Parts: sequence; C-alpha cells; structure tokens
Amino acid sequence: MTTKSFQVIAPRPAPLRTQGIFAWCRDNLFSNWGTSLGTVLLVATLLSLVPKLVQWALIDAVWVSDYNLCHAASGACWGVVREKFRFILFGRYPFEEHWRALVCTAMLLALIGLSCTRACWKSWLAPLWLVVLAFYWLLMHGGVLGLSTVETDLWSGLPLTLLLATLSMAMAFPIALVIALGRRSGMPAIRSLCTIYVELIRGVPLISVLFMASFMFPLLMPQGFSIDVLIRVLAGITLFAAAYMAEVIRGGLQAMPKGQVEAAATLGLGYWQTQRLIVLPQALAMVVPGIMNNFISTFKDTSLVAIVSLYELTGAMGMAMNADANWRPFRIEGYLFIALIYFGFCFSMSRYSHWIEKQVNKSKLR
Amino acid sequence: MPTSRTAPPKKKWSWRSQAFRALVYQVLAVAFIALLVVYLANNTATNMRARGIQSGFDFLAGAAGFDIGESLFAFDSGEPYWRAYLVGMTNTLRVALLGIVLTTLLGTLIGVGRFSRNALVRGLCLCYVEVFRNIPVLLQLLMWYLFFTEVLPVSTEAWHIGPLFLSKGGLNFPIPTWAFGQLLAAGALVAGLVPAWLYRRHAQRQFEATGNPRSTVLAPLAVALGCAVVGWIVGGAPTGLDSPIQGEFAIENGGALTPEFMALLLGLTVYTAAFVAEVVRGGIQSVSLGQSEAASALGLNQGQTLRLVMLPQALRVIIPPLTNQFLNLTKNSSLAVAIGYPDVVSIANTAINQTGRAVECIAIIMLVYLSTSLFTSVLMNWYNDRAAITER
Repeated sequence: MTTKSFQVIAPRPAPLRTQGIFAWCRDNLFSNWGTSLGTVLLVATLLSLVPKLVQWALIDAVWVSDYNLCHAASGACWGVVREKFRFILFGRYPFEEHWRALVCTAMLLALIGLSCTRACWKSWLAPLWLVVLAFYWLLMHGGVLGLSTVETDLWSGLPLTLLLATLSMAMAFPIALVIALGRRSGMPAIRSLCTIYVELIRGVPLISVLFMASFMFPLLMPQGFSIDVLIRVLAGITLFAAAYMAEVIRGGLQAMPKGQVEAAATLGLGYWQTQRLIVLPQALAMVVPGIMNNFISTFKDTSLVAIVSLYELTGAMGMAMNADANWRPFRIEGYLFIALIYFGFCFSMSRYSHWIEKQVNKSKLR
Repeated sequence: MPTSRTAPPKKKWSWRSQAFRALVYQVLAVAFIALLVVYLANNTATNMRARGIQSGFDFLAGAAGFDIGESLFAFDSGEPYWRAYLVGMTNTLRVALLGIVLTTLLGTLIGVGRFSRNALVRGLCLCYVEVFRNIPVLLQLLMWYLFFTEVLPVSTEAWHIGPLFLSKGGLNFPIPTWAFGQLLAAGALVAGLVPAWLYRRHAQRQFEATGNPRSTVLAPLAVALGCAVVGWIVGGAPTGLDSPIQGEFAIENGGALTPEFMALLLGLTVYTAAFVAEVVRGGIQSVSLGQSEAASALGLNQGQTLRLVMLPQALRVIIPPLTNQFLNLTKNSSLAVAIGYPDVVSIANTAINQTGRAVECIAIIMLVYLSTSLFTSVLMNWYNDRAAITER
C-alpha cells in the first residue's frame, strides 16, 4: 500500500488588508481602471492648479499695508484687509466711535453663542436678549451718558448685518407660526388670507420687497409720520422670511398623525392647548433642519440691503474700497475677506443645525 | 316627583357653538384686512396728493429717455417705457432660461458625483457644495463681475480659447452664417419629429406586445436628427461660420455676450447648482438600496439600473424641490441691478428714479415675477403629475 494517506494542503495566501491607509486608497481611489484614471487626471489637474493658487495667495502675497508694494507684487495683496478692515467691518460708523460698534458686535456674538449652548436654554435667556438689545441700541445710537449721537443711517458693516439677521429671524418665527397654523385652519377665510400672503411673498424676489420698503412704505404711512429706513428694511426682510418659514412649519404640521390631535381632543384640550402642548412641540422638532436652512438664507439675504443703500457688510466693503483709488485694484482680496466671514457664519450655522437635530431627536433614540 | 327635565332649548347662535365662533372670527379677520387696505390706500392717495406725485400707468406710453446696454431687439432712448420694460423682461427671461439649463446640468453632475466610487471626486463635490451655498449670491455676483471687468485682459489682448475670445469686453464666439441650408435643416428637423413620434409609438406597442425592449428615445432622436442632416445637405451643406477676429481696437464679428450677462449667468448658475446638487443627492438617497439590488438580481446592468429603476423613482422626489430652485434662480436674477445688467428690475429702478412712480413700477416688477413663478409652477406640476406614481 503505497497510496498517500496524508497530504499537506498548501497554505492559502494571506487575505487582502481591509484596514489602513493602503486598503482605503485601493478601495476608494484605485478600485478599477476607470476610477484609477479619474484619480490620476484629477491629481494632475490639482497639482497644476494648487501650487499656482498657493503662490498667489501665500508666497507672493503682500501682508503689509503698503499699496506701492502691492502694485509691484504679483501675488495677492492682503495688506488691503489690514489697511481697510475697520472700514469693512464698521463702514460709515464714525471712526473715533468704532469701539462702540465693536463692543456691540462682541456682545451680540457672545449672546448668540450663549443661546446656542444647551446649558443656557433657561427662562432667563429671553429677558437677557431684551436687555442686550436695549443696551445695543443705547450704545450704538448714543445720545446718553455723554456718548455722541450716531443716527441709524450711519450704522453699517458687521454690527448691522448681525442686527438685521438676528432681529428678522427672531421676529419672523412667531409670524410664521401663526401663518402656518392659519393655513391649516378649518376657517376658509383665514386659510385663504394666509395662503394669499404666503404665495404672494414667495412669488416675488426679496429685492422688490426691499424696494417697496424703501420707496413705497413712506407713502403708506399717515402724513407727518415717518419711520427710520432701518426699521422699514427690517420689516421687509421679516415679512419675507416669515412666508418661507411658514411653509417649512406647515410641512411639519402636515406630517403630524391625526391621532395626536384626536387624542388631545379626547382629553378635553382646546385648540390652543392642543397646538401648544401636543402639536407644535412635535411638529417643530421635525422641521428643525428646514428652519435652520431658513435662518441661513435669511443671514445671506441681509446682504441685499446694500442695494437699497444700507451699508451692511457687503455695502460697507464696496464703499471702503471705492472711496480710495490707491486700493481700488485690490477689491478682489477684500471680497474674499468678507466671503470668508459669511462662510464662517453660514457654515457654523449648518454644523449647528446637525447638532441640534440630534438634540431634538434624542427622545426617538433607543 | 317631576324627574323629567326638559333639555334647555338649543340656541341657534350661541357663543359656545364652534361654527358661530368661526364665523365671527372670519368676519373680524376679513374686516380688519379690508380696513387696513382701505386705510393704507387712503394714506397713499393723501400722501401722493400732498407731494404732488402723479399716479397711473399713462407714463408707460411716454418716451423712456434712457439707453439700454443690451437688448434682443433694437431699442433707443426715444422709445416708450413699455418697450423698455419689454426689453427688461426679455433680458430676465434670457438669463433665467439659460441659467436653468446650465444649473441643471452642473447640479446633476455634482449631485451624482457625491456618490462616486472615487473619494477624490466625492470630496471635491462636497467642497463645491459647501463653499458655494454658504456665500451670499450677491457677493458671488459682485466677485464674478469684478473678475470679468478687472482680472480679464483688455479686448486687444483677449484670451484665445479655441474659436472663443474672452476679455473685458465679454465672450465672443462664432455663429453660423445664415444660409438657405440652415433654414432647410431647421424645417426638416421639425418635419422629422412626425416620423420620430410615429416610430416611438410603434416601438412602444411592439414592446407591450412582445416584451422585447425597443429603443424609444435614441432611435426617434436619430430619425429626427437624420431628417435635419438630409435637409442641410439638400440645402447645399453650408458650413460658413461667422468667427470673431481680433480687430485693431476690439474683437469684431461673431456673436458676443456682455461681461454683465456672463457674470450674472455664471454667478446664478454656480450658486444654484450647489443647491440643485443637494436636491439630486437627496433624491437618489431616497431610493432604497433594495431597489438597485433587485435590479442587479434581475440582470440589469449599471446603466439600465440607473435609467429604468433608480431615476424614475428618484425624479419623483427631486422634481418639487428642483422647481423651487428654478424659481429661486429666476427671482435671484433680479440682483442684476447690482451689476448693471438691464433686467426688468434695473429698468424699473431707472423708471422710478426718472418718473417717481414707485407704486406702479414696483407693481410691474411683482406682476412679472408672480406670473413667471405661476407659469413655471404650472409647467412643473404638469410634469410632476406625469412622473408621479399612478395609484389605483
């Protein structure tokens, strides 16, 4: 018997690595020849563009505020930001009084930061807002405590952008709530009034609403009664944002199962009790991402008031640059600077929206 | 003992009756709104009288007295205001339509790119979306305008990209010289739609009868295009192109787009494409994974899976928000006023400054945008109805 009774099985090759940077690259960059080709082409394009960009923005750039150097250099002129940042941030606000605008901006930013943290969601937050806004008005407008008076048409730059954005968001929300409930109401007259309002506003661009606020509003008021342009524009943005927000909230209301309202009625709750205790807490939690998107677009929309000659960040930037012929050629760097500011605000708002979405959905987690 | 209690007589109009209360609230609301409108209208009339402002739309027939930078048809300052508004409207529509087409293409590309197997493509698409949707569109428009008017070379040293010239003067491109051949080709294309449609119907019937898939898109398209080519050849196959050439002071001949138009078009397209990309991504994500797995189990290849299974279902989710984005683009085109493109808002702005008739001019702007919005909504709702699930 010479038959082999035992044979060693050849060892299998080690399995491909599925972890680590090489495995990731193989799966995500070179999984087949098409992907590999795409990767190579993209890397080649990036390699040809990015060094030029770095050269322009960093290596050849001028960082000191000297326009002669800037004219001579081939790179970006960040000196323009250094030279003009006070005009870009505070615009037409009197130069010696810039500290007041700075204090107001810092205060508003700090309060916004506070309002965004969970530990501060307490009942004292609303009165605090009122106090801070009153203080903002006192400090910006002056006229008391030996501060010189600065009329609202001189308010500009970042403080104005923040003021317009926060106030219009805060005021648009309750209006939107009422309109959304009105559109879901069983009373046909109220429903159609709310529908007309929403569709009318959503059908026209914001710029026409702002034109209305700046040209038509004075005509609508009784004779001898005039309202500050800042207030008029604020009202315009608020009414505009409210229509869009109402649609978002209505989406949440529509998604509520009917059983909730019926159960509330069985318990003997009235209409407002049902809405306040049962419907709105659930509906609003559902539409948090939509509302945050609305806030972001309202923040971006405040840049449009530059067209009706209120110099918020965009307008202040244009004015700061156009006033000085020496620095005019470097407007692009100035625009990039304020684009970065806008991006910072909007991007952090969208990140915050993700976080808050998780917070309100905690009850649904198991 | 008298236990039988008679029910109290039911009052017809009791404050406890919900219907009665609803009626009262509604009457109050309507009366309040009506009073408010009357009050505001009355104020406006008083104010206008006091300030000596004339009202009415009769100014539309008067001479405009200003020139318009660009228009699809000839316009000079002696012509009436209504013609100026017409120029503005065509300019708005021109930039909105082109923008919608371009933004759909770019947005879809980037939205689909978010699902690429290539991590680099995924990352770049994410960066694009995050950067461009977080910067206000007005700022982007101003930056594009600055790019076109300051960064680009003067027209005597224009950048030469193939047959195109790019300079501070805008974009110059070749256009075909009109000849009998082109006319014939266009005519044949229209005529070719008839056999194409007939073939498509035939192919669909064949498919329903036999189950063999027939081409219902590409073949009819080929038929129509073939007809156009035949028409073009019959017309003598003209190939004449009116190409732009570098003149001594400017670029001559060919078609041209102004820097204002280019800045507005690019700004709106790039901005809106970021939102469209998110819409497309959401739509594709909404189709459950089981659908594509089932499609591969049935033996469909990747292209067929996308075309026959994924897209029809994703489109239902995509179309309503996509309509909103198209409307947003159209409304944002009103920002043209900031960079001096003569759209309907800029014309109205000039008219307000010249005639002082703010109420009428703003009413015209709102009317134009409201009707555009309504028209687009109707069109997209019609398409949405076709794409929606047909339920019993």
